[in-house]
Amino acid sequence: MATTAIGSGRVTRARRRLAWGSPSVYFVALLLIGAMLAPVVYIIIGGFRTNAQITTDPAGWPSPWQLGNYLGVLRGDVFWREVANSTIVALSTTAGVVTLGLMTSFILARYRFKGRGAMFALFAAGLMFPLTVAITPLYIVVKTIGLMNTLPGVILPQIGFAIPTTIIILVPFLRAIPDEIQEASAIDGCSRLGFFWRMVLPLSMPGVITVAILTFITSWNSYLLPLFILNRESTFTLPLGVQAFASQYSVDTAKVLAFTSLSMIPALVFFSLFQRRIVGGLTGAVKG
Amino acid sequence: MARSERESVANDTPADPTPGGGTLAVSPPARRPRRRGIGWRARLEIAVMTGPTMLVFVFFVIFPVAVAAYYGFFSWQGYGPATDFVGLNNYKLIFEDGTFIDALLHNAVIVVLSLAIQGPVAILLALLLNRKIRGQTLIRVLVFIPYVISEVVVGTGWSLMLQSEGAVNSLLVHIGLGWLRNDWLSDPDLAIWTLTAILTWKYIGFAVILFLAALQGIPEELTEAAAIDGASYWQIQRRITLPLLGPTIRIWAFLSMIGALQLFDLVYIIWGQYIAATAGTSTMATYMVANGRIAGEYGYGNAVAVVLFCISMAAALIYQRFVLRRDTEGAITGGRS
Repeated sequence: MATTAIGSGRVTRARRRLAWGSPSVYFVALLLIGAMLAPVVYIIIGGFRTNAQITTDPAGWPSPWQLGNYLGVLRGDVFWREVANSTIVALSTTAGVVTLGLMTSFILARYRFKGRGAMFALFAAGLMFPLTVAITPLYIVVKTIGLMNTLPGVILPQIGFAIPTTIIILVPFLRAIPDEIQEASAIDGCSRLGFFWRMVLPLSMPGVITVAILTFITSWNSYLLPLFILNRESTFTLPLGVQAFASQYSVDTAKVLAFTSLSMIPALVFFSLFQRRIVGGLTGAVKG
Repeated sequence: MARSERESVANDTPADPTPGGGTLAVSPPARRPRRRGIGWRARLEIAVMTGPTMLVFVFFVIFPVAVAAYYGFFSWQGYGPATDFVGLNNYKLIFEDGTFIDALLHNAVIVVLSLAIQGPVAILLALLLNRKIRGQTLIRVLVFIPYVISEVVVGTGWSLMLQSEGAVNSLLVHIGLGWLRNDWLSDPDLAIWTLTAILTWKYIGFAVILFLAALQGIPEELTEAAAIDGASYWQIQRRITLPLLGPTIRIWAFLSMIGALQLFDLVYIIWGQYIAATAGTSTMATYMVANGRIAGEYGYGNAVAVVLFCISMAAALIYQRFVLRRDTEGAITGGRS
């Protein structure tokens, strides 16, 4: 588009290159998409088959299509209980992270006090402690304070481990709000906290949404921490549920596939609704 | 996702304008007016607004790591006070255990293979997708889907497909490649390659998205000028695009390396705690879980956690010292301030 306005020689060269490259580009893109989607499609389609069909021809098409596996999962209460647990955990984690992260980021971005740098460095160091490393002692800590087999036992550590990322994303956002706005609101009689509620919250919404989506999806998919903390089946989140279901019905492949497909729907829906933000947030976070 | 920012910060801290904090009294008068001093009210606000965060963070993140370092010196089964102080014996046992060394080697292989396969492929794909084609947004979304799906779903799906009587082998027979049939998951010579393939499938979308975003940040004038000077498409990519992509590639490699060192979920889900060691796919993290919590040896498990942490930390520091150093000015941190 931009090239058309400039010299004509350049235009033809650019056009020739595009025209030559296009079909093969589309072909490779198609191959790529096929490779990325095939396993997902296999899981979904497999849920529409019977075990007999899967045994005789593992890579075949459903004939006839069976709804029974999906209906069976949807009618049982196990799936819904796990959806509820996962939702509670993901929403509470997200709410906690956004609330705590936003308050702390506000202070770190707009207050000057002794120890501010040290506090920032502490959170930055937190990024070097991945959950995998801390999981054994974390399990002991959670057990000691009596939160084993409870959802808060998963929620609180998840909030803790999401805080560094959140602060790192939000502080620059809040720092970027011009001082003039704060001064203007101060002249209009707004306190610092009033400024936080009336100006900072609305202005930092894009950053907050990115953080919220990242936290939600990470929590929805998280496996290691629930694996350690939640041993009672009534507290299982979806990832644990999928695994338990897969080992319980290991002979009933079709049902496992149906359960697995249903469990990925929420993350997929959430992702496709907000994909622009997620992709933007991820790249923004890495690039600075 | 959480891992994606770990690094940018580590680099960013030095760039923070007030690293030491407490610059209050010496601030030049030209700065913001409220820096003149903080009263009790501001102190109260700071305490209220950061207190809960600090509490959660210190208690659930910092404290457990300290606890790990402490219990690593004990032989402790997870209940009662730890009294059986064994000094460095746990650490000695770890490095004398062939299973751990195997796991460490598997991690090393996975790091190298992830970088060597995902990097070049993702760069090529990003270059390809960066051309003006229709449906670019849709392609970006679809490529990213495996990254968004949980490890458990990916693991369950792939382990069903890769069973010896599963869909992959059946498909190979169908298309006349029956001689390629294999025991993808249990053949010790093959399993780590299968794991690498699954990891590539799951995580390459992340690399592609990062590179694509970086490519789109490269001004068109540069490539246009080179084209006018008669450079071919590949010359342009090699001499202009790739060097400009450098910082993003180096950061991606860092994240990928740390992720591969900490790898747990997929291995544990597909191979389980015992089979992983025999199939040759165990990692330090699966070793830690199998020999710590599952064996009931919490002191030992904590020692493994400390080793895993130190190895990751050492890898991160070495990488930052020698590879990322040139990026710390500008490319990564520049956009922030």
